[in-house]
Amino acid sequence: MTTPLLSVEGLGKRYGAQVGCLDVEFELWPGEVLAIAGESGSGKTTLLDCVSGRMQPDAGRVEFNTRHEGMQDIYRMSEPRRRLLARTDWGYVHQNPRDGLRIGVSAGANVGERLMAVGARHYGRIRDTTRDWMGKVELDTARIDDLPATFSGGMQQRLQIARNLVTHPRLMFMDEPTASLDVSVQARLLDLLRGLTRELSLAAIVVTHDLAVARLLAHRLMIMKEGRVVESGLTDQVLDDPQHPYTQLLVSSVLQA
Amino acid sequence: MNHGTAADATAGYNFAYLDEQTKRMIRRAILKAVAIPGYQVPFGSREMPLPYGWGTGGIQVTAAVIGPHDVLKVIDQGSDDTTNAVNIRRFFRATTGVATTERTTEATLIQTRHRIPETPLAEGQILVYQVPIPEPLRWLEPSEAETRRMHALAEYGLMHVKLYEDISRHGKIATTYDYPVRVNGRYLMRPSPIPKFDNPKMDRNPALQLFGAGREKRIYAVPPHTPVKSLDFEDHPFEVQTWDRCCAFCGATDSFLDEIVTDDRGGRMFVCSDTDYCRGRREQAHAAPAPVEKATA
Amino acid sequence: MYVAVKGGETAIENSWKLLAETRRGDPAVPELSLAQIAGQMPLAVARVMGEGSLYDPGLAALAIKQASGDLVEAIFLLRAYRTTLPRIAVSLPLDTSRMALRRRISATFKDLPGGQILGPTYDYTQRLLDFSLAADESGAQATRAGSAAEPVPDAMPRVADLLGDEGLLEAEIPPAGDPEPADLTREPLDFPAARAARLQNLARGDEGFLLALGYSTQRGYAWNHPFSGEIRMGEAAVEIVPEELGFAIDIGEITVTECQMVNQFAGAAGKPPQFTRGYGLVFGASERKAMAMALVDRALRARELSESAGSPAQDEEFVLYHSDNVEASGFVQHLKLPHYVDFQSELELIRKLRAAAGAKDEAA
Repeated sequence: MTTPLLSVEGLGKRYGAQVGCLDVEFELWPGEVLAIAGESGSGKTTLLDCVSGRMQPDAGRVEFNTRHEGMQDIYRMSEPRRRLLARTDWGYVHQNPRDGLRIGVSAGANVGERLMAVGARHYGRIRDTTRDWMGKVELDTARIDDLPATFSGGMQQRLQIARNLVTHPRLMFMDEPTASLDVSVQARLLDLLRGLTRELSLAAIVVTHDLAVARLLAHRLMIMKEGRVVESGLTDQVLDDPQHPYTQLLVSSVLQA
Repeated sequence: MNHGTAADATAGYNFAYLDEQTKRMIRRAILKAVAIPGYQVPFGSREMPLPYGWGTGGIQVTAAVIGPHDVLKVIDQGSDDTTNAVNIRRFFRATTGVATTERTTEATLIQTRHRIPETPLAEGQILVYQVPIPEPLRWLEPSEAETRRMHALAEYGLMHVKLYEDISRHGKIATTYDYPVRVNGRYLMRPSPIPKFDNPKMDRNPALQLFGAGREKRIYAVPPHTPVKSLDFEDHPFEVQTWDRCCAFCGATDSFLDEIVTDDRGGRMFVCSDTDYCRGRREQAHAAPAPVEKATA
Repeated sequence: MYVAVKGGETAIENSWKLLAETRRGDPAVPELSLAQIAGQMPLAVARVMGEGSLYDPGLAALAIKQASGDLVEAIFLLRAYRTTLPRIAVSLPLDTSRMALRRRISATFKDLPGGQILGPTYDYTQRLLDFSLAADESGAQATRAGSAAEPVPDAMPRVADLLGDEGLLEAEIPPAGDPEPADLTREPLDFPAARAARLQNLARGDEGFLLALGYSTQRGYAWNHPFSGEIRMGEAAVEIVPEELGFAIDIGEITVTECQMVNQFAGAAGKPPQFTRGYGLVFGASERKAMAMALVDRALRARELSESAGSPAQDEEFVLYHSDNVEASGFVQHLKLPHYVDFQSELELIRKLRAAAGAKDEAA
């Protein structure tokens, strides 16, 4: 594999005079999980929004290795193409599962929606596929017709993940996927995510303020401060032998906590 | 209020009430609608002497296409004699002086609320539907800006989500009227609150079908001989309503039947909703067989 | 034997006759005259003209009489009539700074050039039923007001201009190229809507709806610190520029009420804080509507002022699609039309579902 799955060059975004993110560059390879860590206000969510097609940057390029046409600049694509990619080859997991689910329809409809959006028209088979995925994210398949509001936060998050995975995306974007959950529930969800990314060879970009999440999930780690990437490298290396003073501060404050 | 007689047709008002500029604007919208089957064309709907919600869209479409030699039929719930149909027919008699009829076969222009006539239509006829809510995705997505984008991108997965939910909750699709269709394989359309029983009649109909929504300010169209397919799932195919009895007046087994309450002890009678169809059959002396009381579940 | 009901036309004609009788009431009581309605119920007339989008007190009075006092029905009558009228010209923008003022107040300053002119208003009355008005002739002489010592000054600078001169109040800048505003009576509303289109929609919008929305902003659903900068009521000249003449001529005057709200705004990056505006303009002395309109106008500007917009009054589609009482009344009341065919379809389904559930229970 000589082409990366995602290539980001010179990415920048400002809000008026305020810097969102600046000069961000990286490549992401198939099956690779990249964590972006930093305090709130560091620019990590801005970066995620820019690389996931949700917000046009002011500078730089984001290129994705499409299935049929090779590397394509996602912002030079037509909106229909980008929206189709977002529904099929990409997934986006929101911090708050209610932002990533349709609260008014059943768990089954939530998971089946992307299939129906790309033309699935056999009710029975949609149900079967849905149950499969509910099983894979460790949800009780008997609850396929229940409304999301009747699920716990952790279960809603699993449902959101299943909803995204059903079209076999190659790249997942996750915004603090465990931050809104109880600590006890977080560990199990992280375990699930780690298992799934390995089993499905999923590439992922995970934004988090929690270095433990990065340690558990990510192959590589980028540290952001005030919109800039101050350090990046293999997760274990960055966490065990931080070079940048800010990274050292972050790592040491975690140890103290 | 000028309740109008034929003699008032030219007194003070333009032919068919609307001024020529307005008719031109509506016709342009109609042409665009015919060119893009099922697509909702915005138009500058005018206030009419009947209230919004009571057929002003249908009236404006009819007013824009009607000519002095047309023969007009107006029905509501399939009947020519319901109050709304009577009112609209009067309005056009007063403002155009055109001949009116109750016979589907004699009409060149039919304005309808909530039914398609049972008698098959012919090439050259125009059917004008009154539409309350034109947007099929409205119940799922309240924002107009977003539904417009969904149509532009043919993002119709959400419509199937609704049908899926119906099946998971009720075991079958629970939409019985205003049943969504796909026109010419492209646009998702609402056929107006006709019972789903009537949906198959829209498919490849030789007549021109025009849809007017006055309050929502949209016009759309299905040109003659255009495929119109009701949404469904492969393993839950679209099906129409059936009755286990026939019309008590004419014996028809193939028409939509109205249920009439005849007494307060549960007495019921079923008659054709389409009064012209029923009368036509009776004229051909199809006597009703003795009412068959089949036991229902 | 059941016989299909016929005779809809006759039934309708009889209902018209009954309506005419009900509208006239007791023939022994003198009939209302249009002069009485226009002269003695000017606020009803003002509302009908404003929401009917037609300035003609005589026609509005006729509509009110024909509608038996139902103002929403009267507004509908006026709108339907308006549809038939030809367009002769488009006026120049009204210059409200040159109005002949009969009322002018500001809550933002104790006193200001031109002074606070109270004019005819219910604001300073006690709401006690005045039984002296119960008599048919209640004694008109006693109600005449005397003349003031001095006439209303010519110079009545607008509060908005006074604040604007200091840079404290944002300027009203037309969009680039000063495009002609859309005409909502000719074209459907498009989203996102330009401010001109929004203001048109609000000017014709139902007073009750806008009042409730404006009220909601004051109670915290998009609180924007409103102050009544200025409310003016009086006569404004209507001018057109006929092609043949090439200059403006005065074709008459209309009574309007204008409300300028002054609202708070937190400056964004690179922009020092300024007061922002909400604007309301109505026919006649419909002050409540003008103020409500200004509050809702300001709320709908959330997007262009980069404010977070989560409240109903800030939801453009929600506000502008539901503000028209002619549309609303029509659709709500259309539920009285026969719906029995669709209901029949629902009956068929629900009976089937209940039968299926019943069979399941028996099998269980």
